[in-house]
Amino acid sequence: MKYIDEFRDGALARKLAADIRREAQPDRTYGLMEFCGGHTHAIFRYGVQGLLPDNIHMIHGPGCPVCVLPIGRVDSAIELARRPDVILCSYGDMLRVPGSNRMSLLKAKAGGADVRMIYSSADALKIAQENPDKEVVFFAIGFETTTPPTAVAILRAGEMGLKNFSVFSNHVLTPAAITAIMGSGEARVDGVVGPAHVSTVIGSRPYEPFAAQYHIPVVIAGFEPLDVMQAILMLVRQLNEGRAEVENEFSRAVTREGNIKAQSLVAEVFELRKTFEWRGLGWVPDSGLQIREKYAAYDAEKRFELPYRSVADHPACECSAIIRGVKKPLDCKVFGTVCTPDNPIGSCMVSSEGACAAYYTYGRYNDKNRTSAKRIQS
Amino acid sequence: MTKPRTGYIHPLDLKNGRVDMTHGSGGRAMAQLIEELFLAAFDNEFLRQMNDQASFQIPAGRMVMATDSHVVSPLFFPGGDIGCLSVHGTINDVAMAGAVPLYLSASFILEEGFPLADLARIVESMAKASREAGVPIVTGDTKVVERNKGDGVFITTTGVGIVPHGVDISGDRARPGDTIIVSGMVGDHGVAILSVRENLSFGTSIQSDTAALHGLVAAMVAAVPGIHALRDPTRGGLATTLNEIARQSGVGMMLRETDLPIRTEVRAACEFLGLDPLYSANEGKLVAFCRQEDADALLAAMHAHPLGQDAAAIGEVVEDDHRFVQMETAFGGRRIVDWLTGEQLPRIC
Repeated sequence: MKYIDEFRDGALARKLAADIRREAQPDRTYGLMEFCGGHTHAIFRYGVQGLLPDNIHMIHGPGCPVCVLPIGRVDSAIELARRPDVILCSYGDMLRVPGSNRMSLLKAKAGGADVRMIYSSADALKIAQENPDKEVVFFAIGFETTTPPTAVAILRAGEMGLKNFSVFSNHVLTPAAITAIMGSGEARVDGVVGPAHVSTVIGSRPYEPFAAQYHIPVVIAGFEPLDVMQAILMLVRQLNEGRAEVENEFSRAVTREGNIKAQSLVAEVFELRKTFEWRGLGWVPDSGLQIREKYAAYDAEKRFELPYRSVADHPACECSAIIRGVKKPLDCKVFGTVCTPDNPIGSCMVSSEGACAAYYTYGRYNDKNRTSAKRIQS
Repeated sequence: MTKPRTGYIHPLDLKNGRVDMTHGSGGRAMAQLIEELFLAAFDNEFLRQMNDQASFQIPAGRMVMATDSHVVSPLFFPGGDIGCLSVHGTINDVAMAGAVPLYLSASFILEEGFPLADLARIVESMAKASREAGVPIVTGDTKVVERNKGDGVFITTTGVGIVPHGVDISGDRARPGDTIIVSGMVGDHGVAILSVRENLSFGTSIQSDTAALHGLVAAMVAAVPGIHALRDPTRGGLATTLNEIARQSGVGMMLRETDLPIRTEVRAACEFLGLDPLYSANEGKLVAFCRQEDADALLAAMHAHPLGQDAAAIGEVVEDDHRFVQMETAFGGRRIVDWLTGEQLPRIC
């Protein structure tokens, strides 16, 4: 497959692995946080960690859209979905994320709520058009990648004169999350593999103040396994040379300024919230987006008067610490026992981009307490 | 197709007519539907007897029986429809025991308002698939449910067959050291269906691989009677089927990604949707497990059959108490190929 296989080439991977091994100084360790779930997924799916020397540790960051949404927000969505006049639309993984009492949108659907899985914000508009006697609410989640399509949906709804469409906005901002993690000083992060798709929208410039303030190198990388390995090599070099710059490995898609058109669409429809609660990070100032007053008619939070109730995570669940990069999936007592992708307790076990689900799905053969498969010699 | 003499004043309106509640009520309308549509299409000596059951002689030996319900959406897709799918699916389930399929039953649940023209198309497709496979539909049933209580048409088929003497093929017989062989390109059916789903239509040349595999199985069994296990990787795809066999047989598996036969179009479609072709359904493929020393003979027999031309050895069975299916990735790493969790979902970000 052209333009894909080139980024998954085994021979190039071995060469890069050898370069990384040569560059990594044996007397120091490198704690590198891959911000995005897309990176986490690639690392596990292609077995990248196995190609790295022991002193390079990958720390899985918070960039998994469904992982960072707090229980209170999931509860609000479930409450909305259960109203008899509401059709609630959202992206696939969101439907399985547990809220309070392990209730999820999927379970609410089985209980009679009208919940629709959609592939794009345009699908929600279509459903609103086809169901004029119902209130259609788009449960909008995600980082800067998914925000422009939500903005477009709201603008389109205005043009179409739709009266029964609104958006429950849960869009969050990447730079704010990285800053919160660095600011807490909890996780020992030496360098950051910067977001891929998010950066195509916001560009590489927003990471510059952060790299300077915390003296942390950032390398923006694509979601292919060779992208991730190349970024690791670039981070190791920066660290060895004492540099803390924003470098762009994903130059085939990311510019310094980003996608100006997408940014202006978002700016037209959304404004900063004073503060937003994240799973794992708690309340983070200037980290979420709300719909501007001008478009209040499309704001589900105003339309339905949704009071926000903050809910603590399940006491045994370590999602919060995993999202902050403080713990790894195997550090969680319920990992792989009562919490599995089929029956998740925490959000990190839901999406394939969540650290726990990625580890469980692709990587658990190398658990310490398991023996790996023995090849039969013939 | 010879039309039996029916004596109904107005023939069934197969152009503009629709299924209504009387078609399932047991009265004259139902009799007419059965005679003018199902009987006419499936015509054989068993159905002509007009009994509520079929009676037939069976050769001595071990019988197998399998049943499968079909609820596909959309009903018509590139390369097939629910009709031929419902025939192929059950023939394949019977054949995966190494059996020769003999007879099928077909049971229809129709939704009020369903166009008779569509029903006729589906029934014709079933009849064609059954004729081509040489496996007649010998008994059946029809029910009608009210509008909005069904999804157009549901079809359940049941099949019986006979296992040749000396053949013992079962999902619990995969053994460490066995070679794992897949009969051709995987993932086609799932991608073909996705490409025409209402909310996700995209242009592709990929067709469903729906096919009856008993001919291929007969050739395989003739070449290697000692095949350990066979299964058709339908829902959940190859990954799910391998996990089923691993669990049943109490073994692990090690696959080689570079040896997996997957069409570029399928890989590309899965790539942009964020899906994995290993979990994409097949309706005309099988996975075989045999002793390593039998693998070449089995592959040769498969390559000589039209439905096995792209057959490939994709890995081997290993000892593993955890029954993990693992894969050496083309990238040079290793990963688990796990059970599917929920539905396959496109990525968000």
